[in-house]
Formats: sequence, structure tokens, C-alpha cells
Amino acid sequence: MSLDRSEVENIAMLARLKIEEQDVPHYVDALSSILDLVDEMQAIDTQGVTPLANPLDSVQRLRADEVTEDNQREHFQSIAPATDAGLYLVPKVIE
Amino acid sequence: MEWETVIGLEVHVQLSTNTKIFSGASTRFGAAPNTQACGIDLGMPGTLPVFNENALRKAVSFGLAIDAEIGRHSAFDRKNYFYPDLPKGYQITQMDHPIVGKGQVEIMMDDGTTKTVGVTRAHLEEDAGKSLHEDFHGMTGIDLNRAGTPLLEIVSEPDIRSAKEAVAYLKKIHSIVTYIGVSDGNMAEGSMRCDANVSVRPKGQQEYGMRCEIKNVNSFRFVEKAINHEVERQIALIEDGGTVVQETRLYDSELDETRSMRSKEVANDYRYFPEPDLLPVEIDESYIEQVRSELPELPDAKRERFHSEYGLSEYDAAVLSSSQDMAHFFEVVARQTGEPKLSANWVMVELAAVLNKTNTPITESPVSATNLAQLIERITDNTISSKMAKTVFEAMVEGQGDPDSIIEAKGLKQVSDTGAIEAMIDDIIASNPDQVEQYRGGKDKLFGFFVGQVMKASKGQANPGVVNDMLKKKL
Repeated sequence: MSLDRSEVENIAMLARLKIEEQDVPHYVDALSSILDLVDEMQAIDTQGVTPLANPLDSVQRLRADEVTEDNQREHFQSIAPATDAGLYLVPKVIE
Repeated sequence: MEWETVIGLEVHVQLSTNTKIFSGASTRFGAAPNTQACGIDLGMPGTLPVFNENALRKAVSFGLAIDAEIGRHSAFDRKNYFYPDLPKGYQITQMDHPIVGKGQVEIMMDDGTTKTVGVTRAHLEEDAGKSLHEDFHGMTGIDLNRAGTPLLEIVSEPDIRSAKEAVAYLKKIHSIVTYIGVSDGNMAEGSMRCDANVSVRPKGQQEYGMRCEIKNVNSFRFVEKAINHEVERQIALIEDGGTVVQETRLYDSELDETRSMRSKEVANDYRYFPEPDLLPVEIDESYIEQVRSELPELPDAKRERFHSEYGLSEYDAAVLSSSQDMAHFFEVVARQTGEPKLSANWVMVELAAVLNKTNTPITESPVSATNLAQLIERITDNTISSKMAKTVFEAMVEGQGDPDSIIEAKGLKQVSDTGAIEAMIDDIIASNPDQVEQYRGGKDKLFGFFVGQVMKASKGQANPGVVNDMLKKKL
């Protein structure tokens, strides 16, 4: 299976990745070869094999519902580009 | 043409845990911005989510309450999209293996008819933060206190056929989640939010029409209005020769209309994939049984009991059992008075009117259950008439004391003493000879005149039953 140029551009847009015009053919080839590998795996007969949600042979540990994190707003906001009245400021978002 | 409406609801319920679903930050409502957003909630590099046991317990509890299959092996997935109130760039949710599978809830309409609405699934996910669009120097302010708050998204089957049914379904979900204590159900604080998928089709047609999703409707009243508006819009569009386009629409309660929300964006592509930071969640039978043993009496069971134990109508039983607090209040009154039907009426009519008018929860009722029961006892033992009782009730609402002291202070005691009433009747007969003659001559309607005179003479305190009997004898 191979991707075309517009699919690669769409994937980049969805991932908010900026890719250079001249690099697009390279990505088309590289991503297509990954999909070829997936195709190869798809061909394997997996009848009767339960799909795996996680490769680790272990289950999720649970945490008690107790507050363990205290307020570190100052600390976190010291590396934020812009804050005001305790809020993180971002370029205006309009729905 | 006759149209049929098809509705499916997605209800997001905030689970009332102390901490976030994947971090130990507090979920307390109303804290100063970003004081309850830790490194995990902010998506800081190097942090890892750890699943909150109480969120799991509450989800399982809801599943058991709607008689659903519980996912013995559930898993988390990433839903990828970019928005500033979602710092990680993905929401942790459940796609393929939700914690709660197929279940159902029974809804009751105002006319007492019932209907079963299927629940497709309910899954756990994390909430996003809040964007504040007021002017912060031309920028948007982000508060991430809500980011990571556990949500249970309850997805219904497209079984709902009208806005009224949608409201009944929502109220039922609200009733269940508050009964079992998995959520405070506070809609004003956003603890329950609803998206409605609405489509119309010619009556009798099998396949569904194209649907629109109405986002974020946050009150029972707006759900009904928003759906009705959307149904009208779709029908008008089709009848004018247009076609409904699948899209997300936002309900504007001020203009009472829905409008397209993401018209410019291409179809959402969330690129779900399994969350590698979390392992599968395994639940065994003993855990499920333990959660089941902690469930309280559920709304349907309570309704059934109110109907059979107290002889209430199905509808009254449904109204009184819809909230645990109201059910409890009613039961205290009914047990004390031994008059369940009269108690039900007082709670549902007089008390409910006062509470609605002042927007007071029944837990903060100005009239206690014990005092209301005393008032009802004064009606049944003939101390006061039902009409007088309303006057006493008003005084109780105003905080003038318990029923007996109000009856005493206002001199409202009903006169059942036959001697006193007899004297009044004798007086009235003596001073109205013309009317007596006309009545005896066959003018039956005048009976009411005499009753009125006695009541007036007694300042409304004569027992009407005694007055009637005695007048009949005397005239």
C-alpha cells in the first residue's frame, strides 16, 4: 500500500507538523514502506488469536483516591510564555 | 408528510472523586485558576498517568445500576486533537474496550407510560480544561483545574423519539447517578453535560435520516428546546427541498436556535490508538460483587415499593422516588402520619411549590418533615380543615414555628363542638326566616347559603362535615 502526496500533507496537518515542500516525496516513500511492512503483517493468519491491547504481560495498578499533589502554579507558570490572573494565555481561540 | 424524530444522547457525567482520573490533584469545584493542575494534568514531559481506583469503582457502580455488562478487560485509548485546553494534544478515553457495555434504563412519561431506552456503552475519559474568551489583551485564558477530572460518557441507543423523552431519559440518568453517589449531578457547575444526535425521517421509513449533533446542552429545559428547535429546522430544510448535512451544531439559549459550529474544519479525524502509558484494566468477579453489595435501593425499586407499600399511583411514586432526598422526606412524613397519599400530596404540591419558587433543595426545606407530618396529623384528627392547613403551612414556611403553636397563636382550631355549632345554626335560622321558608318550599340551592353563613359566623373554623349534618337536621 502506498500513500500519495495529499495524504502525507493531511497527516502532517492533523499532527500540526510543518514539513518542507522538497521533503514531501521522501515522507511519501518512507511512510509507504512502513505501510508495506504492515501489509506483510496483515497477511499473517491470526484467526483465533485474541487482539492484544498491550504487549506487557501485566495489568494496570490502581491509585487510591487521595490528594497527593499540592498547588505548584507559580512553579509551572514560571516557564509559561504568558499568564494573567492565574490563567495561561494563548493566542485567541474562536469557535 | 408525517415525520419521526430519532434521538441518541451522549451524557457526560463528572464523577465525584476527590482527585483526577490519572493524577493526585484535587477536583474541588471553584478553586483559583490552575491551582489544581499538576504536572500530569499539564502534560509535562516525563509524567505518567496512574488510574484512580475510585473512578473505576464509580463507573462499575453505574454499570451495575443500569444492568449492563461490565467490561472485565477494559483499556484506554488516545483521541488526538489540538486545542489549548487539552495540553497533551490527546484525550485519554476508551474506544474499543469500554468499562460498561450494553445496558438499559426505563423512563416514565408524564402520562405514566414507560419505555426502555438502551444504553450502548459507557466509558471513562478525562475532562479538558476551560477556555475563557473574555479579553485578556486579545488572548484566550486557559484554566486547567478541570483537566483530568474523571468523566463517564454514557451513550444511548437511538431509541428516543421526542424531546420530552430525551428529557425523561436525562432526568433518569441524573436520578441514578445521584442515587448511587457517583456524581453530584450539579448541572449548573457542569457535572452533567449532554450532546444530542438528532435526525428526522418520514414516519414508517426504516433507515435513519442524516443526523446533526447538538453540543453541550446543560439544562433539562434547554435540552428540550434545543432538540425541538433542531427538529423543526431539519423538517423545514427537507420540505424546502434541501438536505441535512452531518455537522456539529451549538445551541444558543438566548436566541433559541442552533448554529453550525465547525463548518470550516474538515471531518474530524481523531486517529485513535491504544494508550501506551496505561495497562489494560482487569476486573474480577469479587470486585464486581463488592461494588454491587454497596449499591443503595435504586430509583426503579423504590418507585415500585412506594407503589406497592404505600398505594401511591405509579406517577406519584415515580416523582417522589426521582431524588433520594425527596424520597426520604416523603417516607418520614408518611411513616409518622400513617397517611401516605395525603403525605404525598403535601410533599408534591404545597411543599414542592414553595421549594420551586425559592429554588431551595428539599434538604434545606423551611418546613421539616416532622413538622409537615404534625400538620397533616392535625388535618386527620379534625383539629383544622384542609383549607386552614394551608394557612398554617404558609406560616410554617415563614418560620413562625411548629404547627400546634401556630394553630394556637392564630386561633385556627376547627370547631367540632356540636353545642357551639348548634347555637350558631339556631341564630342563623332565626334571623333569616325568608330563606328558611324558601328552602323548605323546595329551593334546595339555598343550602349553600346556610353553610356559608355558619362558616362566616364561625370565622371559617366550624368543621364543615358537622355543619352539613346539623343543618340538614335543623332545616
